[in-house]
Amino acid sequence: MDLKQFIQRDETCWEIPAKGAMRVPAIIYADASLLQAMDQKVHEQICNVAALPGIVEAAYAMPDAHWGYGFPIGGVGAFDADQGGVISAGGVGFDISCGVRTLHTGLTMNDLQGVKKDLADELYRTVPAGVGSRGRIHLNHDEMRAMLTGGAQWAVDQGFGEARDLEFTEERGRVDGAEPRDVSPRARERQKDEMGTLGSGNHYLEVQRVVEIFDQEVAEAYRLKIDAIVISIHCGSRGLGHQIGTEFLKDMALAASQYHIALPDRELACAPLNSPLGKRYLGAMRAGINCALANRQIITHLTRQAMNEIFPGISIDLLYDVSHNTCKQERHIVGGVTQTVFVHRKGATRAFGPGHPDLPTEYQSVGQPVLIGGSMGTSSYILCGTKQAEQRSFSSACHGAGRAMSRRQATKQWHGRALVDQLAEQGILIRSPSLRGVAEEAPAAYKDVSAVVDSADKAGLAKKVARLEPVICIKG
Amino acid sequence: MIDKTLIPHWEHFEHKADIGIRGIAPALAAAFEQAALAMTSVICDPDLILEHQSVEVSCQADDIEFLFLDWINELIYLMAVKGLLFKRFQVEINGNFLIATASGEPADPAKHQPAVEIKGATLTELAVRQTEDGLWLAQCVVDV
Repeated sequence: MDLKQFIQRDETCWEIPAKGAMRVPAIIYADASLLQAMDQKVHEQICNVAALPGIVEAAYAMPDAHWGYGFPIGGVGAFDADQGGVISAGGVGFDISCGVRTLHTGLTMNDLQGVKKDLADELYRTVPAGVGSRGRIHLNHDEMRAMLTGGAQWAVDQGFGEARDLEFTEERGRVDGAEPRDVSPRARERQKDEMGTLGSGNHYLEVQRVVEIFDQEVAEAYRLKIDAIVISIHCGSRGLGHQIGTEFLKDMALAASQYHIALPDRELACAPLNSPLGKRYLGAMRAGINCALANRQIITHLTRQAMNEIFPGISIDLLYDVSHNTCKQERHIVGGVTQTVFVHRKGATRAFGPGHPDLPTEYQSVGQPVLIGGSMGTSSYILCGTKQAEQRSFSSACHGAGRAMSRRQATKQWHGRALVDQLAEQGILIRSPSLRGVAEEAPAAYKDVSAVVDSADKAGLAKKVARLEPVICIKG
Repeated sequence: MIDKTLIPHWEHFEHKADIGIRGIAPALAAAFEQAALAMTSVICDPDLILEHQSVEVSCQADDIEFLFLDWINELIYLMAVKGLLFKRFQVEINGNFLIATASGEPADPAKHQPAVEIKGATLTELAVRQTEDGLWLAQCVVDV
């Protein structure tokens, strides 16, 4: 993008003042080189978000922003229901509550010597991954309803994990206001065999090693040490979320004129939060969030089973669980007054700073863990939320690297088998049902996650705590 | 010599995070069929799929672009709940009604090496139109 389109507020803050249909300014956080490399579509889309009814303060794009569906991926927008604010299915995305969960293992790299291959095989056997993979849990009507309202709490009640896990999950593992009746029979049908599955694309389960600590005090609060082994799970609400997104995207696009919303782009399909359609989507989307939280909880349980096979008696605790495709009802300061707003984060992670009442006691003094996934062969990062981000981005930060090239370009450039062998030489074991899928997810097909994280840190959206490198990757 | 552009065909088009599917054909229904084939080839090589099973599909929409969206989303749903991959499509369109048959076989990871599952058809780059040379084009980006 041409930097002349922006007013530079500081090293990483670039503003597009409100003009034309924009109700508020648009702000992109990134260093100059990341911003220059961004698609012009991000500019267009974030300005369109700034034009939606009821948006407050500004529309924000994170350092990993790229072309999305209506909202840019990496887009954040908060809406006031009492000012005609809207909710947008495109602003949440198809994979509702897709997110990352990181687990402590208590192991170090030394403990993996001689068992790494067995561990990779055991995890791959135990956690269903890839296109069409089916879970071992099949939900009937009543169980589905209980899962959609209970989220990870339901999963723990069913024996998939421990009550303590919920303390380290956003919303304590269950979001209020989920309405199973607003989830269509088709969405339920698509989910009934998919509980406890990773899915495909960029979803994964990764065994990772802590290789760098940037902030010792916060790392101690997060119980992270150099050479420690952690496990990160990246996945979402599976078929149920996809179907809810599909159905409401169309319904909202068709209903926009009925609500007298002039959409600058029909992909921004949305409905007033106080309208029947907006309320129905909110109920269904929250059920989708609970589905994703239950899914990651079940996968945690499966991971514990696999780890126990290799390390009998091992104790696995949650570091934290974050979602990066959501719309959440939160309290924020708007125009100097604390009020309730609905914050869309499409490919953006909530990043509450120190002292936020929703944080577990252990993290009260340091802020929320912000879990940033890389891709096979590249680093992942753990950051912490800041007080500053409350003012800068409704407590939001980046979510990952974002693709640097399309899937098609990636398969032209790399072969899955060669990539698996090359990563194995670097000590990274890949297990995947699809070599083509591996090629499409080649590490170099993604942008440099380190540059994204550095920008988020510089912008004060979240502070770097630790860098992780992959050891084993189960790729969906 | 046969003008190859008149033969129904499909192609992918670029989208950084996801992928675009496009069917092009002299007839509207054939463009819908080709776009469906483009979608299958996002997942795997269609030549690896045998025609062992058929399913009937019907859709109705307010306009032709939403009919195309519904058609692709119907196939995505059927693939997900029936665990099928499709390689052949026969489509009939009457106004804003569509009836079709999709043929294929159950997905087998070892045989088909499916790379990604498709979450849904998006409104991004959604278009159904006749080109200047009279061919029909049907396209959208799918979220993977």
